Amino acid sequence: MKGRQRETVKGIRALLAGEKRTIARIISAVESEDSEEILEHIFPHSGSAYHVGITGPPGAGKSTLVSAIAKRLLGKRKKVGIIAVDPSSPFSGGALLGDRVRMTDLALDENVFIRSMASRGSLGGLAQATKDVALVLDAAGMDYILIETIGVGQVELDIAQVCDTTVVVLVPESGDSIQAMKAGLLEIADIMVVNKGDREGCERLLTELKFAFEMREQKVGWDYPILKTTATEDEGVEELVVAIESHASYLSKTGRLEDERKKKLLLRIHELIEKRIRFHLKENIMPERDIIKLLDKMYERKLNPYRIAGQIARRIIRLADRRFV
Amino acid sequence: MISKIRVLVGKPGLDGHDRGAKVVAAALRDAGMEVIYTGLHQTCESIVEAAVQEDVHVIGLSILSGAHMTIFPRILKLLRASKAKDIMVIGGGIIPADDMKKLQRIGVHKLFGPGTPTSEIVDWIKDNAVKPKRPTTRKKKSVRKKVKKQVRKKIKKKSKG
Amino acid sequence: MKKEEWYEKSKTCKERNTDFSTVSGVPIKVLYTPDDIADMEHDRDLGYPGEFPYVRGVYTNMYRGRLWTMRQFSGFGTPKDTNRRYKYLLGHGQTGLSVAFDFPTLYGRDSDDSFAHGEVGKCGVAIDSLRDMEVLFDGIPLDRISTSMTINPPAAMLLAMYIVVGEKQNIPAQILTGTIQNDMLKEYQAQKTWIYPPEPSMRIISDILEYCSEHVPKWNTISISGYHIREAGSTALQELAFTLKNGFTYVEHGIKAGLSVDKFAPRLSFFFNSHLDFFEEIAKYRAARRIWARMMREKYRAQDPRSYLMRFHTQTAGCTLTAQQPENNIIRTAYQALSAVLGGTQSLHTNSMDETYALPTEKAAKIALRTQQLLAYESGVAHTIDPLGGSYYIESLTNELEQGAYKYFEKIDKLGGVVRAIDKGFFQKEISRSAYSYQKALEQKTKYHVGVNIFEEDEKAEIEILKISPQVEKVQRSQLKKLKRDRNGKRVREKLLMLRKAASDGENLMPRILDCVREYATLGEMCNTLKEEFGVYHEPIIF
Ligand SMILES: Nc1nc2c(ncn2[C@@H]2O[C@H](COP(=O)(O)OP(=O)(O)O)[C@@H](O)[C@H]2O)c(=O)[nH]1
Ligand SMILES: [Mg+2]
Repeated sequence: MKGRQRETVKGIRALLAGEKRTIARIISAVESEDSEEILEHIFPHSGSAYHVGITGPPGAGKSTLVSAIAKRLLGKRKKVGIIAVDPSSPFSGGALLGDRVRMTDLALDENVFIRSMASRGSLGGLAQATKDVALVLDAAGMDYILIETIGVGQVELDIAQVCDTTVVVLVPESGDSIQAMKAGLLEIADIMVVNKGDREGCERLLTELKFAFEMREQKVGWDYPILKTTATEDEGVEELVVAIESHASYLSKTGRLEDERKKKLLLRIHELIEKRIRFHLKENIMPERDIIKLLDKMYERKLNPYRIAGQIARRIIRLADRRFV
Repeated sequence: MISKIRVLVGKPGLDGHDRGAKVVAAALRDAGMEVIYTGLHQTCESIVEAAVQEDVHVIGLSILSGAHMTIFPRILKLLRASKAKDIMVIGGGIIPADDMKKLQRIGVHKLFGPGTPTSEIVDWIKDNAVKPKRPTTRKKKSVRKKVKKQVRKKIKKKSKG
Repeated sequence: MKKEEWYEKSKTCKERNTDFSTVSGVPIKVLYTPDDIADMEHDRDLGYPGEFPYVRGVYTNMYRGRLWTMRQFSGFGTPKDTNRRYKYLLGHGQTGLSVAFDFPTLYGRDSDDSFAHGEVGKCGVAIDSLRDMEVLFDGIPLDRISTSMTINPPAAMLLAMYIVVGEKQNIPAQILTGTIQNDMLKEYQAQKTWIYPPEPSMRIISDILEYCSEHVPKWNTISISGYHIREAGSTALQELAFTLKNGFTYVEHGIKAGLSVDKFAPRLSFFFNSHLDFFEEIAKYRAARRIWARMMREKYRAQDPRSYLMRFHTQTAGCTLTAQQPENNIIRTAYQALSAVLGGTQSLHTNSMDETYALPTEKAAKIALRTQQLLAYESGVAHTIDPLGGSYYIESLTNELEQGAYKYFEKIDKLGGVVRAIDKGFFQKEISRSAYSYQKALEQKTKYHVGVNIFEEDEKAEIEILKISPQVEKVQRSQLKKLKRDRNGKRVREKLLMLRKAASDGENLMPRILDCVREYATLGEMCNTLKEEFGVYHEPIIF
């Protein structure tokens, strides 16, 4: 026990010093295990990184844009952490993570740390551990953390619960804007980007979006920027970075940054409690096989699921009263 | 949450023949691994840096340009410099037998010749990719067991009645 | 016996396999009969050799007039090493040259580039400047051979060097014959040798088309290549469809650049793979001729019949060679060569048995050449034209491939054309999926590869291989250093500046490149100059 703690403390020290191998190791731990002990140690050192989420349909140029944004930030002597999430295969649980391909120009800059994550079954566009991985990068001294979602086109609203600024990227390909509205993407956007500005149809999409935003309820004092970029040519990226910075200063000036981050902490607490309880239930209290034994009787209508669930729950609550709080 | 084997599949050097690399990458994915694919024409430096940041167990390199005697030693050297010697290096491609021997002597873990079934590569990685244990924070097993037993007993009793 | 009766009877016979399909996975029937080609009309769908739609061959008397060109692809080490090999091959009856460049050259990088480290002269010959090209063709009169150069992004530069070597031998560009591959679309799809993004690459290609139609009229300006698409793992149908669609895309670009289609289309040629499945390959070449002729006449309104001719080079499939039991490769290659000849190829490269390991040794290269000579002079297969024409099976496969290709064309059009589909990763995905499912078929043994998943042997066959000494890189670098010292640096800089200007002004690049070449600007210098203007390409989504 002692030895292990010493290990952890040593690790934390290296992490705070920005030692890449250690950062990578701790991220793996956080990704695959219950690592609350480590996270507890890390938490006090976090809170200074600004989180930016980049979401949008696949192929919109998210990775390219992240790379271009990062380059700009590096030019301003900022440290940048990048988390790029790709889907896990629902069949094998494996994943092909290819976002790095877009970021090779950055890879050797010592002020960048790029980590690819597989979603590992999570559905909201991020992986379960994304928040914790961001926390690790935060503590490792990153000024900015850029998070790229999976981009499978479904509802990817998790990103807004992790990031201070959410950038939604669309491209002038058919039906994108409608798709985005359906998916509620516009609701979570703080900044809208139309990428592939070199393509036809770009202006039309911009107009459509402006119209859609006018219809949307305005947050006081924040004028949603709708920007055009060509990520591959580095065009419009400076404007995007400026927009991110002004969103950040808007948030902090109005006190919203603190409010939002507190909200996020509250949410985090809820999540963690749920996670623990769910884990505990599954692992310790409700072994499936015990319930399976009752299935026959339920099937024959000799027992009913409402009654059984009620009983189990009551007992858990009673136990919880004694044990967990 | 489970630990996954993570593998970086890289294509260093100038040749663009990524058929093999991609087939292997897809097979590793289908075997449940997380595969980081770095794309073509990567320098050794960027491959090693990516391997470190992605904390992979294994680097798998496909080299068909004949530059293997330059690239593998360089990768190994860079890994040592990054204190990441424990990341295993394996490779595939057209490598003559005597070069193969030399490479294995300097620390390349395994080389697969042309025509190797992907299942052989999968099995090798599964057998060899083990990471040192990391500290965990799970509650003591004995405590968990006790709680489990208690609850199970009570449920049983009730359902009988 | 009645047809129905025979089918009933055949069903009662037990079959040795549950799956009979081509190597591309196309199911094969137990028997082909007139029913399978009932819709075919001889004059409309087959015609005569040298006549529309050219299914049976592009020339009237085909190999009875002239045999195919035996063109062995080769190059390694320094230009001097390769020059020696060329003379050896020409001395043994080879009739054309085909230059293999090393990787740094293919990517437009000089031997002293950091990226070139370890690769100089390895898979081909290293060419850094006109000086190297002079050595490469030393003592080889350019008016008496045709030369094919497998070069893509820096095609303009290498062609310029060839032209200038001609000038120095007092041979006018007007009579030079040969081919540059210059097919960038398949690079983005399969072979992945790129420098610039697709748009500027297409512009360079248009510049070459325009320049050559005027000044190097006998040169084949693009060799539209399915070879690499197949090597990357595609099926026969994908090879056929993607290659032809690329061809049409070049035609459209030429037309858009203001050229008349008949001015450049006759100089387009093709390059196909010859893979394991004997009949499928033959059908592929035949289908390709028909599709090209039909589309060129009907869709692109070409008038000159030479624009209808799908002339092609073939190389036996490198990816089918095995490191195991390498001598088997001789036989494998021989069958593949036979299907190329029965398919009516205009020129042929037969692989050497040791090519999975390295570049061929002299002996292996000679056996490969002899394989073709055996076909041409002993076997009698070249005595009549398209001997398999009219075979129910071959014709039915030909039709099927043609129809399949049209379906792919439609799909690609829906994606917005080839360049757009590249961007979306369409080809890359199609190809990797085929490659993966073929690999799976091998592992599940529904497809066989002798020596690999059937009739394997334990002992490692050791064969002699050609090793490129690391000395080559040193020699090449020191030569380059010397060149840079000796040439007129100021003039080089001037000419490079003018190249840059032409690039940004939209002026034809060829004359500017020729100027640079004459001053001994290096390949890397020229390519980097254009990079400043055009940027570099990044690979799109991959799997
Ligand atoms: N024409 C054009 N292509 C772009 C632009 N941005 C990205 N791309 C290309 O779009 C493809 C997908 O980009 P990627 O960043 O991987 O998209 P993601 O899936 O959203 O991460 C790549 O081929 C990029 O090079 C742009 O502004 N213009
Ligand atoms: Mg991406």
